[in-house]
Amino acid sequence: MSVLPYLVAAWLLVIGLWGVITSRHLVHMVLCLGVVQSSTYVLLLAVGYRTGGQAPIVSSSVPPSSPFVDPIVQALTLTDVVVEATVVAVLLALTVQAHKRFGTADPNALGALRG
Amino acid sequence: MSAGARTRAAARARLGPRTLLAALALAGLAALVVWAVSELTPFGTPSGPANGVVKTLVFKRHAANAVNGVTYDLRGLDTLGEELILFVAALGSSVLLRHGRESDEVERKRAGNEPGPRTADALRAYGTALVGPLVVLGVYVVTHGHLTPGGGFQGGVILAAGLLLAYAAGQVVALERVEPTTLVEVTDATGAMAYALVAVGGLVFASAALYNFLPLGTTGQLLSSGTILVLSCAVGVEVTGAVALILTELLDQTLLVGRE
Amino acid sequence: MMALLSLAVLVPILAGTLLALTSSWERRRIAAGVALAAVLASLVLLAVALGRNGGGRSVIWWGSWPPHGRVVGIDFAVDGLGGGLALFVTVLAVPALLMAAYAIRASAQLFFGACLIFVAAMVGYCLTGDLFNLFVFFELMSVSAYVLVGYEVRKRAPLEGALTFAVTNSVGSILFLFGIGLLYGKVGALNMAQLGVGLHAVGPSGLVYVAFALVATGLLVKAAVIPFHFWTADAYGVAPTPVLILLGGVFSELGLYGFARVYWTVFDPALGAHHDAIRAIFVLLGLATGLLGAGMALAQHHLRRMLAFVVISQIGLFLVGIGLLSADGLAGTAIFLVGDGLAKAALFVCVGVVQLRCDAIEERTLHGRGRRLLWPLGIAYLLAALTVADLPPWGTFAGKALVEDAALKAGGYGWVPAVMTLISALAAGALLRAGLRVFAGVGDPAPYDERFVHEDGTQGGGEDESDVSVVLPGALAAALVLASLAWGLIPGLEHAAARAATRFIDTAGYAAAVLGGGARRATAPAVPPVHGPDATAWLYALATLAGAAAVAALGVAGRTLPRAAARTVDAVRALHSGRPGDYVAWAAGGAATLAGLFALTLS
Repeated sequence: MSVLPYLVAAWLLVIGLWGVITSRHLVHMVLCLGVVQSSTYVLLLAVGYRTGGQAPIVSSSVPPSSPFVDPIVQALTLTDVVVEATVVAVLLALTVQAHKRFGTADPNALGALRG
Repeated sequence: MSAGARTRAAARARLGPRTLLAALALAGLAALVVWAVSELTPFGTPSGPANGVVKTLVFKRHAANAVNGVTYDLRGLDTLGEELILFVAALGSSVLLRHGRESDEVERKRAGNEPGPRTADALRAYGTALVGPLVVLGVYVVTHGHLTPGGGFQGGVILAAGLLLAYAAGQVVALERVEPTTLVEVTDATGAMAYALVAVGGLVFASAALYNFLPLGTTGQLLSSGTILVLSCAVGVEVTGAVALILTELLDQTLLVGRE
Repeated sequence: MMALLSLAVLVPILAGTLLALTSSWERRRIAAGVALAAVLASLVLLAVALGRNGGGRSVIWWGSWPPHGRVVGIDFAVDGLGGGLALFVTVLAVPALLMAAYAIRASAQLFFGACLIFVAAMVGYCLTGDLFNLFVFFELMSVSAYVLVGYEVRKRAPLEGALTFAVTNSVGSILFLFGIGLLYGKVGALNMAQLGVGLHAVGPSGLVYVAFALVATGLLVKAAVIPFHFWTADAYGVAPTPVLILLGGVFSELGLYGFARVYWTVFDPALGAHHDAIRAIFVLLGLATGLLGAGMALAQHHLRRMLAFVVISQIGLFLVGIGLLSADGLAGTAIFLVGDGLAKAALFVCVGVVQLRCDAIEERTLHGRGRRLLWPLGIAYLLAALTVADLPPWGTFAGKALVEDAALKAGGYGWVPAVMTLISALAAGALLRAGLRVFAGVGDPAPYDERFVHEDGTQGGGEDESDVSVVLPGALAAALVLASLAWGLIPGLEHAAARAATRFIDTAGYAAAVLGGGARRATAPAVPPVHGPDATAWLYALATLAGAAAVAALGVAGRTLPRAAARTVDAVRALHSGRPGDYVAWAAGGAATLAGLFALTLS
């Protein structure tokens, strides 16, 4: 099916967001955020795929005239992965502090800023 | 009803309307996104300029790995931003967790200093054996980014893992401080600065920032593709520092908690 | 030009990494000096670049990859508004760094380093012409902001604020990136001008609506527009003052800038036939944001949260100007934004110093304790609050007058200036009420509502700071208020802004400049005739001032809302629950609603 990878991306997006919204533990929430990010990786890589294309690395056996998959989306995905990893790191550091200071990692218990 | 069951029921009731509305919103979003992706070109037929880009990078910049050519040359500004994100996040995590660590150390000193558990012998043996190959692999991946799959980011993570294995294998885990944080911070900052300096170098030597101003060599050789190799190494250094910093700060927290 | 623009971004980056490199030798004063020097250098570079640019556009290609048929590289495409906003970022960074030197004690060098990266990211964001590069600078801005907001997490509220900030903005960024992926999949380009050309061929379709909604969501989360605004009060209410100057003064406004830029360069070629529908959606959204922000500001007794909601209400007004989709509306917003940013910075400085000196931040606890700080902080606060109430001849007056004119010119929007007046009156009234209570001790202390208790006291270590000098902050606040006045007095400001705005919305000219290697258009688009504030503007301004005074007087006299209204206000306040899950649910719902609205109205 020619639209299946895109559907996988859409599914990951929605299920990840569901996880973030209904999460009851901050670490679980951060990992669900990771799932949502992975939907963008799948989408980006899927739009760059060429049937019959090679990995975009030229060598003696792979001349520059062969069909290649899109290297630009791979660079974009690489950037995306690094960005997401750093956000996860910052969020986990905040989670550790939250657990230490209020003894709970439940996002529903965060109520000091209500109103 | 027991107190536990009552709170559970209350929690469910509180979540009720929110979850229903969220489910509706997400269902709507899913339907719209599916509509949008159905208008994309079928899977396997990209609309981007793939072949043209590969050819340009090979002939104009002598870079065999087009992905790294795009990352460090064509879209080098994106990579500068991306490594700075990693840099700031590492700095931030370290400051964030350091606040907590200082007060915990004071408490621990008050409670008395018992040594932690001894590292297992198997971990020490295998760890020591693996550190060497890991570091070599990391350096290889960083420096051959323009020729084979890999590059600064990937190799940097491998090197950071090697560093951590070295400390896990040693008795350092059982000691108070996991490693000299200053050295890792300096590595992180050096890598970031180096990238920005190469960008300025392009300005100085060729009047275009981030221009590939070093000699390009022959495609397929180690010393080729000009600044792509240099930037790959700078990023490798930076990522090693940043990832090691984040992981050791988090590891420190776990060790401190484990001792309580 | 290449050197000027690239160095404007690279110099703060180099300085920031240098400060981080040498952070083990904690030298706070030297670090502050280096940071200030870097920001001033960037400021000068941008000013010179703008001067050389004249009224035109400059396009530079990083790595020297100009387009050959297709665009391959990343460009900076600078025009009057984008460059001007970048310059404003560096201008606001100066008081931010000065306040940081004054207030931040622990790990100060790393703080300055992170601040410099933050400033560099914002400057790059304003200048770039590539959509993915916009996203990367957007993320860099965001991550620096998460780190800076959570910098002094010793109490519960800053920690929670940083968490909700990070989670909600990350979700926004991911949706933004998904939209970029959709666009690249369809058109095969990342450069904004190239995308515009490509989407023109595609025309309005499902993918365009959804991509527009997703990209807009990402940018509007940053801009704190309803229903993506819930994180703003939480985060801005607990951020350290130096960071708040930049956050409240430009960070959210940059979300709106990104939205305007992306709309005009990428989506207008495809959706240009439906201006009426788009105008209706975004003007209404702006007014709703303004009303909610102003209303919530009135309900707050925590000074920082009140200021955060005032920021949201002003954002609503800016969005109205942008949403009118005309050059004069955009010009008005640009002028308004600068004048307002300077005034808001003065407000943040005043409130920050009050909190530091009196170790409290609730209206009730601070009642009358600001009497000693009346000169110059109280006066600066008063003037800044009146600026929010559209005080002539301050900078906000000229800008708002232009937006009101634009609304009157657009068909069917004649009622908009009246609502804008109401919004400003409510927001300024809240500020004045708080100011009167704190600096002059007028009336009874604020009521205590145990359902919405917020943390009082400083974020600091609780040391006795009651004798800390207020010379520097006082001078800063005064300087910022005077700068806002000076901005409003610049002759010919409206004409310059209108020219810059006309160029901003000239999509075809932008595409020609970026893709055609700088070829000039045959005929430049017409600049709409604009004039300085006239009698109508003065009338609206006086109405706003009177309204604000009335609201403040009622508040100080202890009058509360009637029962039914109070219950609605409480329900709205309860929606701001402080839980990231709720906020993300609203964001997802908002994205879906926007996409649905576009699909229904733009076909």
